[in-house]
Amino acid sequence: MHPRDLLNEAMAGLLARPVRSVLTTLGTVLGITTLVVTLGVAATAGNQIVGRFDELTATSVTVEVPENPFPLVDWADVGRVTRLRGVVSAAALAESDQSANLSVRSNDMVDPTRVTDQTLTVVASGPGLPAAVKGRMVEGRYFDAGHIARGDKVVVLGRHAADMLGITRLERAPAVFIGTQAYTVIGVLDDLKREKSLASAVMLPPAVGRRYGLSTVTRVLVNTGLGAAELIAEQAPAALSPGNEALLQVISPSSPTRARDAVEGDVNALFLILGLVSLVVGAVGIANVTLVTVMERIAEIGLRRALGAARRHIAAQFLLESTLTGLTGGIVGASVGIVVVVAVCAAKQWTPVLDVRLAVMAPAAGAVVGLLAGLYPALRAARMEPVNALR
Amino acid sequence: MPEPVILLDDLTKEFPTDPPVRALSAVNLRVERSDYVAIVGPSGSGKSTLLNMLGLLDRPTSGSYRLDGIETTMLKDSARTTVRGSRIGFVFQSFHLLPHRSVLENVMLAEVYGRGSRKGRRERALRALERVRLSHRVEFLPGRMSGGERQRAAIARALMGEPALLLCDEPTGNLDSRNTHAVLDLFGELRAQGMTIVVITHENEVSERAARRVRITDGTLAEE
Repeated sequence: MHPRDLLNEAMAGLLARPVRSVLTTLGTVLGITTLVVTLGVAATAGNQIVGRFDELTATSVTVEVPENPFPLVDWADVGRVTRLRGVVSAAALAESDQSANLSVRSNDMVDPTRVTDQTLTVVASGPGLPAAVKGRMVEGRYFDAGHIARGDKVVVLGRHAADMLGITRLERAPAVFIGTQAYTVIGVLDDLKREKSLASAVMLPPAVGRRYGLSTVTRVLVNTGLGAAELIAEQAPAALSPGNEALLQVISPSSPTRARDAVEGDVNALFLILGLVSLVVGAVGIANVTLVTVMERIAEIGLRRALGAARRHIAAQFLLESTLTGLTGGIVGASVGIVVVVAVCAAKQWTPVLDVRLAVMAPAAGAVVGLLAGLYPALRAARMEPVNALR
Repeated sequence: MPEPVILLDDLTKEFPTDPPVRALSAVNLRVERSDYVAIVGPSGSGKSTLLNMLGLLDRPTSGSYRLDGIETTMLKDSARTTVRGSRIGFVFQSFHLLPHRSVLENVMLAEVYGRGSRKGRRERALRALERVRLSHRVEFLPGRMSGGERQRAAIARALMGEPALLLCDEPTGNLDSRNTHAVLDLFGELRAQGMTIVVITHENEVSERAARRVRITDGTLAEE
């Protein structure tokens, strides 16, 4: 049998029932569309996620200072880190278990009709904290070297802490009470990109913080330029505490390339499973319809056998029909999928990221699905004895 | 002396049911080239079984069947298929035309599985349609033609590739008397052109037009 004859017979078989062929193709169209859309949107969205991930996380380095008989890092040592090439901002932070749950009030009057006591975290920090946490002073200012040197009894509240204490304006220099000690609120910090828990905290200058066990630095937050994090992570311990760098723990972002791959990998795996499930559903659809078609065409199979068709000719024709169905579904599905990805990207103002190999692989995947789905029906057709098929 | 087209020697077919049914019992038949033989018999006499044996659609239990000089009983399935496709032209009671293909395409189908090359297939199919006087219906779909025309299209398909044997199973069973006459006239013409024809029928009108009548009763053949 000439290959062109085989192709003609398979095409004629499909075109004999055009509506059914279109409906059968729909399963594969949906499967391949889902696959292309998920792969395309995953790659595009992954790119967006990774872009943001790089910007925020890949520039954050944290140095943890463990408890030690003598302080490993002094408040003033942070200045040496900020002078490192690649460091954008840095600030020291002191936290303790004792200061994690302190009672803070905005009034020294005891009013039984109102709850004025709030349990808040109190931390001490250096003056560079707003920049180090990439926050913004929405009210007032942060304490500076002058406040620290004079030992001014001032505090800065995180936005959430200020809301809880009912402090909205600072014109009248409101005070908060930590225990019985009054402190003037000079600023409210908000829009934190790092250390978001500080939104519910009270921040003190280091000299004041000593009263609450916040005398020694426990962490140093460092922001670097893009690509400088790995180098700064190596250099920061030596800059902070020369000779004791081995005692400090550095938390730096994983390599940006690895992080990108991991995020894309996770997103792709998830969506890929979704697409493959759709494709299996499409394959089951093709298998079912092809099987029904075989049963309906028993007389035709008998005629072809009487005309000299061998079993392999019958199997080849039904296999080719299901493969062509899958291939058509793959081509249409890939086209629809690409259009959907581009439309989604246009709506979201993203740059579409599509692997060009998809344009070839998706129709090929459709054809393979059709081929596999047609195996059993084709085998059933080929096994029919002509004498039974013609009866 | 040339080989006969059909030579059956003690051909037996037994179906392994419980109890076993012997549909053909040591049948002997010789059909020479250009013979026109009608095999007649009532329902259940073994006509269809004999047709299946002659058409290589089923295998006998014992005995021998030589078709156009080829001993077929020992052939493998693929070889039987090749012999069937190249030596036998089938004409069925229900025409077996593909409804979505034109008359010309239906006729050309006979050569798809090995009979003849692709080159000149269309011309050969047109000539076959001319032989059965259907040149004016070449592009018609079978559904738009009368029963007689459909059967003539099926005969044209059977004639493709010049088979050694035209094997017809109740060829006029679905036709009115006018179309029956037309088809029988066509068989007469084909026989005159040298075609070997075996018709299996239960209609006297059909068997009377054949040169030989063979009656089958309970699986045994007898010349009339």
